[in-house]
Amino acid sequence: MSIRVRATTPTDDQAREALRGKPAAEHKPSQNVAKPEGELAFSISDLSLWYSGKQALTRVGLDIPRKKVTALIGPSGCGKSTLIRCLNRMNDLIPGVTIEGNVTYRNADIYGSDVDPVEVRRRIGMVFQKPNPFPKSIYDNVAFGARVNGFRGNLDDLVESSLKRAALWDEVKDDLKKSGLALSGGQQQRLCIARALANNPDVILMDEPCSALDPIATLKIEDLMRELATDYTIVVVTHNMQQAARVSDYTAFMLTDEEITGQLIEYAPTETMFTQPADQRTEDYISGRFG
Amino acid sequence: MSAAETTTQAAVTLQAEGSVARRQTWSRASRWILLVATLLGLVVLVILGIDNAIVGIPSLDWDFLSNYPSRFAERAGIRSSILGSVWVLVFTVILAIPVAVGAAVWMEEFAPQNAILTTVRLNIANLAGVPSIIYGILGLAVFVRLMELGPSILAGALTLALMILPMTVITSVEAISQVPPSIREGSLALGATRWQTVWNHVLPGAMPGILTGTILAVARAAGETAALIMIGAFTFIAFDPSLSFNGLLDSFTTLPIQVYNWTIRPQPEFRANAAAGIIVLMVAVIGLNALALVVRDRLRRN
Repeated sequence: MSIRVRATTPTDDQAREALRGKPAAEHKPSQNVAKPEGELAFSISDLSLWYSGKQALTRVGLDIPRKKVTALIGPSGCGKSTLIRCLNRMNDLIPGVTIEGNVTYRNADIYGSDVDPVEVRRRIGMVFQKPNPFPKSIYDNVAFGARVNGFRGNLDDLVESSLKRAALWDEVKDDLKKSGLALSGGQQQRLCIARALANNPDVILMDEPCSALDPIATLKIEDLMRELATDYTIVVVTHNMQQAARVSDYTAFMLTDEEITGQLIEYAPTETMFTQPADQRTEDYISGRFG
Repeated sequence: MSAAETTTQAAVTLQAEGSVARRQTWSRASRWILLVATLLGLVVLVILGIDNAIVGIPSLDWDFLSNYPSRFAERAGIRSSILGSVWVLVFTVILAIPVAVGAAVWMEEFAPQNAILTTVRLNIANLAGVPSIIYGILGLAVFVRLMELGPSILAGALTLALMILPMTVITSVEAISQVPPSIREGSLALGATRWQTVWNHVLPGAMPGILTGTILAVARAAGETAALIMIGAFTFIAFDPSLSFNGLLDSFTTLPIQVYNWTIRPQPEFRANAAAGIIVLMVAVIGLNALALVVRDRLRRN
């Protein structure tokens, strides 16, 4: 089945009615969801999310392996950013959010009643779409996470090793006092990655980390992702299918159609996904027929 | 042949004509009309300033600045009213700014964004427009009478603090909301608490705006007369305020009150004193406004 085009444009009311008419409970989650081998970082089941009553995710379920790169792909509005922000509870900050379902991180319930979101975010770092260095020096940018988390060690060493891991050290080692905002876009994004690494997280979530960057800066970040995957679990949201194919071990394809917002269509090892997609809609999307 | 072609192909007219010409005429005229509007205000101010300077400058000397008030115009000075103004303003800032910034941070960063908060915001905006005499009446009833502070420096500072509070809250809220949300997200995603985010990123980012608002509010408080007359600061003070806690309960006078005092005297000599006092007050207020500009630019650049 491919995407049907409605004869008439639905008004908001009709769209809402359609949503009400088909509650999340009736939607049958996709069967084309692979079980990754080895240790798991996240296990997501039956996850639905509403922004002030407007549904954004519908019964998403998948397992994300440890120390691998997992890519979330899909057209705009398919819920991939919403999904990734559920993994470190960034959605908590938006007023009017309702979340149903289960997300466990190494067998601990992320949304458990005794869980502190600050602790979750310390362990699960995040890099955003638009580089957002603090208007402070490069050094202070990297040291910030460690400082607020009460790091007791050599801050200089930590800053150096984090910048080295983010492949930025050689470019900035002589002016660590310079403002983070004075760097180029690609450097800023690597600074944000270094900042996340300095917290010694287990997981790094990346929400379209290259969408504001030029192709060369993009390649640098992609190389970095591959390299970091030896020690860290990486979940990356991307618009760019080639990027998903280049960097990821597993790929999840999400979609919003006129009935169901934010559903998971297919989840598989990246190679399988791009060579033998199980769902026709996945094939249409990755072959560039829509989206 | 080719020459004939060139002649038949008429040159394009790029001169304004028809509707473009009419619109351009209006556009050129609007520039002068707007200039006149600006000048009207400015001319009145300059005329008043010059008139005031002519009357006041002869009395403006060191004796005038350092003498206590007197019933003889030539011996009267503004020492006690300058000290009173400075003292009252210092305590006004100490009392008002932490409360105003705290309220603004709470409203922007912590409060649930609901109908109650919207009502609170609306009412704070309304309070900023309440005439200062109303704050004076409140100060008289609560601070002077109920809390038995008398017409003291503390009562004056509390009254002025209340008066500038709404304005300072509004400018602080505005400054805090200008801090980009991506900075907050970046901080929270690194495991910083809300308070750490506010303290390390939101407040430094909002500081230029908060400081500008504060200085403008202080300039307004510096020129305030009605509220202070209401609480009873309209007195003859021939001593310096003492630098102690008890000194806070001393009675006081301020520069605008002293000026007002002189203007209502029947003797014409006091008019010159009033004009000289106005010059001092205006220089101070313009200085504060200039300081606000410099501070804002300096902090923005960093």
